[in-house]
Amino acid sequence: MSADDPALTLDCRGMRCPRPIIEIARRIGEVSVGEVVELLADDPAAAPDLAAWCRMRGQQLASSEPPRFRVRRLD
Amino acid sequence: MSEPQVEPRPARVPAASEAVSRVETTARFCYLDVGSAEPLLPEARSAWLAATDLGLGDPRALHHAGRRAAQALAAARELSAELVGARPDEIVFLSSGAAAARTAIAGLALGRRRVGTTVVVSAVEHSTVLDCAAAYGEPRPVGVDADGRVDLAGWDAAVGRPGVALACLQAANQEVGTRQPLVTAAQACAAAGVPLVVDAGTVLGRDASDLGPWSALTAGAQSFGGPPSVGLLVLRRGARWRAPDPTDDYQDGRSFGAPDVPAVLAAVTALQTMTAEREARAARHAAWVDLLRTELARVPDLEVVGDPVDRVPHLLTFSALYVDGETLVLELDRAGFAVASGSACSARTATPSHVLTAMGALTHGNVRVGLSRDTTEADVRAFAAAVGPAVARIRSALGAP
Repeated sequence: MSADDPALTLDCRGMRCPRPIIEIARRIGEVSVGEVVELLADDPAAAPDLAAWCRMRGQQLASSEPPRFRVRRLD
Repeated sequence: MSEPQVEPRPARVPAASEAVSRVETTARFCYLDVGSAEPLLPEARSAWLAATDLGLGDPRALHHAGRRAAQALAAARELSAELVGARPDEIVFLSSGAAAARTAIAGLALGRRRVGTTVVVSAVEHSTVLDCAAAYGEPRPVGVDADGRVDLAGWDAAVGRPGVALACLQAANQEVGTRQPLVTAAQACAAAGVPLVVDAGTVLGRDASDLGPWSALTAGAQSFGGPPSVGLLVLRRGARWRAPDPTDDYQDGRSFGAPDVPAVLAAVTALQTMTAEREARAARHAAWVDLLRTELARVPDLEVVGDPVDRVPHLLTFSALYVDGETLVLELDRAGFAVASGSACSARTATPSHVLTAMGALTHGNVRVGLSRDTTEADVRAFAAAVGPAVARIRSALGAP
């Protein structure tokens, strides 16, 4: 498994913001620092809100290709 | 002989007073949604009623009622010209702020169609401006920084390219209050020979900042406490504008249809009143927005967005993490405060605020506060105290971490 393969996938399709952001915030602690969480979310607010959440929480938005997002845990 | 016809009962038409009586009333309510509209000023209402009592006719008619209407319209034009720094023959009264923006953008696009079709806009213009730019040309959006201020290097490059019909830049952002670097941006337009349309709804009667050498300026009267049925367009005489619609001679061939003179008088009275009180109110509002910023900073994971200093005095916007805007607006409504939100779910639209998105700000849990002429310090303190508990209740209900 490469470093960029997700260690955890959260399927939040069909959920309205801020629910997908709450889900990743609750579960990111389940992966180790440096590992990637994949988030599937189709709410149009997910892209800007996930980017803002990563900035506020010191996490890295590794890729943003709605509805597929990858976040690397840095903190 | 046939049976006598029974006439069908006419459908009952409810009186307007009955419609008004159905509107819910609230004992104590604090209106903090001035970003959408300043409540109609009592001075504007009085001017409107007084004008309707004058027996004004059609301003083109030769009789005394017509002459009085023409005189009232001329006076309204002179007064608003003085208030916005223009000539009376540059003033056009339209039916809304949106109509003013449309007339400016469509007319300049038409007047400059030989030059090109590109309409340079900041990414955070009012949706009305963005819609007009797309309807009458090909929009070229210029990005903004984290405070919502347009990127000047990008702006210069965009207006300097060939094929630009016009450019549109707001005086200040209607959602987050950040002032745009209008003087510099307008100079870049002037140097490139590109006409600039300025959306001044957020600053007229509120903020005295220099707007630079614009070609057209627009605002809806409700933004400064006038009736929403009046829009103000100021069109510089030298601008390459061509009427996009049929015209008549009520307003020098720059509009179509008779203006509503009593409503125009109410709008101009509102602008005059708001401008006369501007400095004192601006100082008061700026201090209260500072107070709000300080108080709201104590709420965990809440970001106040927009420039803290280079801003219009009366607007403040924040986003709370892990909260949905709709629930937050309703919680604050229950607590007695009317506020707006740029969150998708609360604004009755499917997409989040394009302003917050362009700034890279959090779009959920968003609240927009606009202080009105009647707002008191007690209102501001009560609001500041209500936000933290409302946010905490919603986070707890959503199971936020």
